[in-house]
Amino acid sequence: MSGSFKLDGREIPFRDGQTILQAAQDAGQDIPHLCYHPDFKPHGSCKVCSVRIDGRTAASCTTPARDGMQVDSNVPEVNEERRTLLQMLFVEGNHFCPSCEKSGACRLQATAYQVQMVSPHFDHFFPDRPVDASHPDYLLDTNRCILCSLCVRASRDVDGKNVFALSGRGIRTHLIVNAASGRLGDTDFSAGDKAAHVCPVGVILKKRVGFAVPIGQRPFDLAPAEE
Amino acid sequence: MRASLETAPDIPNLKRVAIDPISRVEGHGKITLLLDDHNRVHQVRLHIVEFRGFEKFIQGRPYWEVPVMVQRLCGICPVSHHLAASKALDVIVGARHLTPAAEKLRRLMHYGQILQSHALHFYHLCTPDLLFGFDSDAARRNIVEIAAQHPETARKGVLIRKFGQEVIRHTAGKRIHGTGSVPGGVNKSLTAAERNELLAHIYDIVHWSREAVALVKELHAQQPALYNSFGAVRAKTMSLIGAGGQMDLYDGRLRARDENGALIFDGIDYAGYGSLIEEQVKPWSYMKFPYLKSFGAEDGWYRVGPLSRVQNCDVIPTPLAEIERREFVDYSGGAPSQAPLGYHWARMIEMLHAAETIKDLLHDEDVLGDALVTSGERAQEGVGVIEAPRGTLIHHYRVDENDLVTMCNLIVSTTHNNQAMNESVREVARRYLNGRDVTEGLLNHLEVAIRAFDPCLSCATHALGRMPLIVELLDPDGELVSSLQRD
Repeated sequence: MSGSFKLDGREIPFRDGQTILQAAQDAGQDIPHLCYHPDFKPHGSCKVCSVRIDGRTAASCTTPARDGMQVDSNVPEVNEERRTLLQMLFVEGNHFCPSCEKSGACRLQATAYQVQMVSPHFDHFFPDRPVDASHPDYLLDTNRCILCSLCVRASRDVDGKNVFALSGRGIRTHLIVNAASGRLGDTDFSAGDKAAHVCPVGVILKKRVGFAVPIGQRPFDLAPAEE
Repeated sequence: MRASLETAPDIPNLKRVAIDPISRVEGHGKITLLLDDHNRVHQVRLHIVEFRGFEKFIQGRPYWEVPVMVQRLCGICPVSHHLAASKALDVIVGARHLTPAAEKLRRLMHYGQILQSHALHFYHLCTPDLLFGFDSDAARRNIVEIAAQHPETARKGVLIRKFGQEVIRHTAGKRIHGTGSVPGGVNKSLTAAERNELLAHIYDIVHWSREAVALVKELHAQQPALYNSFGAVRAKTMSLIGAGGQMDLYDGRLRARDENGALIFDGIDYAGYGSLIEEQVKPWSYMKFPYLKSFGAEDGWYRVGPLSRVQNCDVIPTPLAEIERREFVDYSGGAPSQAPLGYHWARMIEMLHAAETIKDLLHDEDVLGDALVTSGERAQEGVGVIEAPRGTLIHHYRVDENDLVTMCNLIVSTTHNNQAMNESVREVARRYLNGRDVTEGLLNHLEVAIRAFDPCLSCATHALGRMPLIVELLDPDGELVSSLQRD
């Protein structure tokens, strides 16, 4: 089935099997998102891409496009909910953008700018999460993990390794690696893995190259996330 | 007399006067006075009351994050921390010699920092005292009134600072808290357009910096007795000195002189700073008190910053600033100048030197180069020292085999000056306040002495750990009810 739907009043065409988010992106109109990645099956976990579809809220990354639907995305009440989701993500971890080497290349940061989040609003949790630098080429800084599971999916579905998994439930959900020691250096993770290059935030980082790209030339400096 | 003012003898019913917060300085501090019924001064202390923690929370972080993180110590001279940390990490990554482009771009960034910080300090923070008078109307002692009464002076001060910030932006990526310096080099060079943009203004900046030196000299000439003696205390001095004895604010070796100007040590590799300097903790301040080990805690304190540097070097390697240095040295008749207000004169000489150095670097093709980073044999420990606007800045790190920081020690400029500032404040209190009715104008004299040093109080309280602390509970009459002390 193909057809078109209205996104914030604009006619968006879609092809058979496309989600609202995919169709919107193909039409050059982004919807803020975090856990969605075009190389992987949509996960629908972060809910940042939620939109109003004929008055009902749904994740645009998992909802198939239908002909004639009315979708509201860049409207105050939806953006307010996105800001709240982002604020909760920021306070649950330790996101210190000023000294983070992923600044300017971080989708969480870019999306926060995109929806004009200007403060964390909630009290910070300040979790104690030591950096795992046991791997010779990569480090794992889970202070910044947003549980998007892209590394889990990449390692499992592309690399065939199952290096990463989400453990625990609810607010205690956290990223773990597949080693009895719990250390990345004791897994079969390697620099060539898809999982090494898919993290949208500053968790899985190549060592010794931080801040090599000057301010002004980082990905989101050149192409800010815009709605 | 001065030493006795640090801790009052046990005299009942002393009244406490506090200047809290000290204004027109970076960070939060206070001065407390204990006076008797005849307003005689029995105790004077400069307290640093804010609390940071960088030495602790940098532990466990990857080393390449350090230059970007530690610069958050300060919003006025972040470049100094950015570069001192980078120099320490150059040692860690084995970059013993940077590429010419990297070395010159870092110098450009640093001298841009010196220029903007010195301009900010002199024009924005201190000209209200110097041009209107120490005890002038408090409501007028600010940069807004300077702009109203001395519009050209204010305009040039603002534009000099703006230019320094632009130099930083083009080398570090941002005016404040950039990322340009990385372990082993820099991450960007200047584009031709950026260089031309800066060259279009640098000659004005040099000219205005000369005018700034002339302004300070005029102030000294108008009130020589005040400027030569206000808060003056005899102190040792220390700074980095270039390989040829010249002023070098980016790199060099340590030189110290005694109160008479005689060398204590010279040509010392700063990596061995730990064998020269010890830090003492006192229970009433978050700021430590460094001293030269060879003289002991009581006598080993010293002064750093412009007043020390201009007198400690043999020559300033830019012509206009060198002419001014000679005049400054001649003014004191061969003996070291010990007066805090001389800091302003020396600071403006350094600002002129920074402007001249920036001009020379902008004409150097290396700043357009593309060989930006180098590395070599890895080390686990590195020390980086730089002459920040306020004085000698020491960064020292250890990094483990997994690239994480395991130890950090910072001795910042203001910390070196801690005892010297306290001594100058006591001298001012003894001379101007003792036995007189305390007025706002008189209290501002104490702040004037502090401001001359250009302290960065937030930088100076970077340590985290078990800090000494005294908590005292007083009844409404000021009588001590109970106290708790943690050493």
